Amino acid sequence: ASTLIVAEHEGGFVKPSSLSALVAAEAITKENRISVLLGGSGPALHKAADHAASSHPLVSEVLVADSEALAHPLAEPWAQLLHSVQQKGGYSHVIASSTSFGKNLLPRAAALLDVSPVTDVTAIKEPRVFVRPIYAGNVLCTVKYTGEDPCMMSIRSTSFSPATEAMSETKVAPITQVDLSFLSEGTIGKSTWVNLTSQDTERPDLANARVVVTGGRGLKSAENFKLLEQLAEKLGAAGLSFYQKVGATRAAVDAGYVPNDLQVGQTGKIVAPELYMAFGVSGAIQHLAGMRDSKVIVAVNKDADAPIFQVADYGLVADLFEVLDELLKKIPDKK
Amino acid sequence: MKILVAVKRVVDYAVKVRVRPDRTGLETANVKMSMNPFCEIAVEEALRLREAGAAAEVVAATIGPAQSADTLRTALAMGADRAVHVLHDPDPTRPLLPLAVAKILRAVTLQEKPGLVILGKQAIDDDCNQTGQMLAGLLQWPQGTFASKVLLDKEKQKATVEREVDGGIETICLDLPAVITTDLRLNQPRYATLPNIMKAKSKVIKKVTPEELNVDIRSDMEAIEVNEPPKRKAGVILSSVDELLDKLKNDARVL
Repeated sequence: ASTLIVAEHEGGFVKPSSLSALVAAEAITKENRISVLLGGSGPALHKAADHAASSHPLVSEVLVADSEALAHPLAEPWAQLLHSVQQKGGYSHVIASSTSFGKNLLPRAAALLDVSPVTDVTAIKEPRVFVRPIYAGNVLCTVKYTGEDPCMMSIRSTSFSPATEAMSETKVAPITQVDLSFLSEGTIGKSTWVNLTSQDTERPDLANARVVVTGGRGLKSAENFKLLEQLAEKLGAAGLSFYQKVGATRAAVDAGYVPNDLQVGQTGKIVAPELYMAFGVSGAIQHLAGMRDSKVIVAVNKDADAPIFQVADYGLVADLFEVLDELLKKIPDKK
Repeated sequence: MKILVAVKRVVDYAVKVRVRPDRTGLETANVKMSMNPFCEIAVEEALRLREAGAAAEVVAATIGPAQSADTLRTALAMGADRAVHVLHDPDPTRPLLPLAVAKILRAVTLQEKPGLVILGKQAIDDDCNQTGQMLAGLLQWPQGTFASKVLLDKEKQKATVEREVDGGIETICLDLPAVITTDLRLNQPRYATLPNIMKAKSKVIKKVTPEELNVDIRSDMEAIEVNEPPKRKAGVILSSVDELLDKLKNDARVL
């Protein structure tokens, strides 16, 4: 097998979600020959390429597509890039992460290649047999891809966690520049990137956080979400590293308490942290779809019948503000 | 300008689906079916664009068996002008894949020649999130997926789309014709009023088949089995914050 990984990078490093794609490639077969495709422009791209070159022992080459046209995550040039690289390389598999970038790009590229991709793979049973959640994660479907090469898939990064020692210091794969002459034709130019407004760029993406503290409509205001932030920080400092983040239900986002990128659920972020604490979250199936694989789930809700308690390891039927107040007082500042 | 909206009939979002004992599929007999919620948002957006004068006609399209006409009637009752029903009786073990749906929609698009196609970003049954992107790719049109705001500039023939992405809100600008897929916060779909439901009954639904559209709907995927996800073991209700902290420290060992 040979696998092309469409990787994302940030600040000169391959993103953790793309490192998960490497784990998935290894799960297809240990004899996999992996090519990592990175695109963009500027020095950060080339630094990320160096990172990719030593990111996994199975990586046999890093393909760098350096162009202003790829500087932003526009699907049109990227799909052409993927189409062109696949035609040249003839890979048996193509993997992207189920990020907003991967979800936007992969189906478009698959249509250009005339193959059906598999969305949101959570387990690989055989090189062409996969498990994926459907119906908001209430059903797991096993599918077999029977079409032509390549077998394309997006993976849930929470299901393929990279081992911390995956970096191979000894083996460094060669880095090759992709020929971009195809970029002058076709759909390029029909879309332009304007801007990205982001409220929180310092903290890790919700999908990779190890502690997630989530609030529902019961939080009542944007102000009160600050209490959850304080709690998340304290929990991080007390136990599980600083990889913590606040999440929210759809209702809380709709009410304008927090930005959309904090939404956990079927169509929002999928998280599987070590610790998930839900305050004032009732537990709609669409929300449970986004967090049911968390290791430890704590739920605090006034309503003893809230469905969230059916998936929680520890529940407190209580006023969330009283519980928050007490937790903030009782959790030590440092370990 | 004409807007084409694709809609899908799915198991209602409030129904808890069950796996059939033989694990070949789901219990769908006597289950409430509705329009996919993201498709409702797509219909609503098309109607608002027409009401704002940016479009002259809204055409709804669906692919499916005879019963899918109900979903088209819903779109017509919301306010769509007319509809196209691509008749297809799916084989339950080989449901129509997004690639086939996209090919059929391309054929409908080439017939109808809309300036904009709006679809839901995903259907809540198979959760694929592929069709809109595939349609855009097949047509070589630009795409604005996961839209939370759409602005049309008729003069310049451009659409400005705000998209919900992992890191926040991204704004992109597309040349028309284009494909847009809707996210949850794009709008609040209207309910069909009784007079409009009555009016919808006399609106035209054109029927075609994939064969008539000359579309190959072969499948390159097989569903082997479906299973319920592993159940989480029952948790405990605690009586105090102190007890919770003790459990997190000593049982779960996360503190």
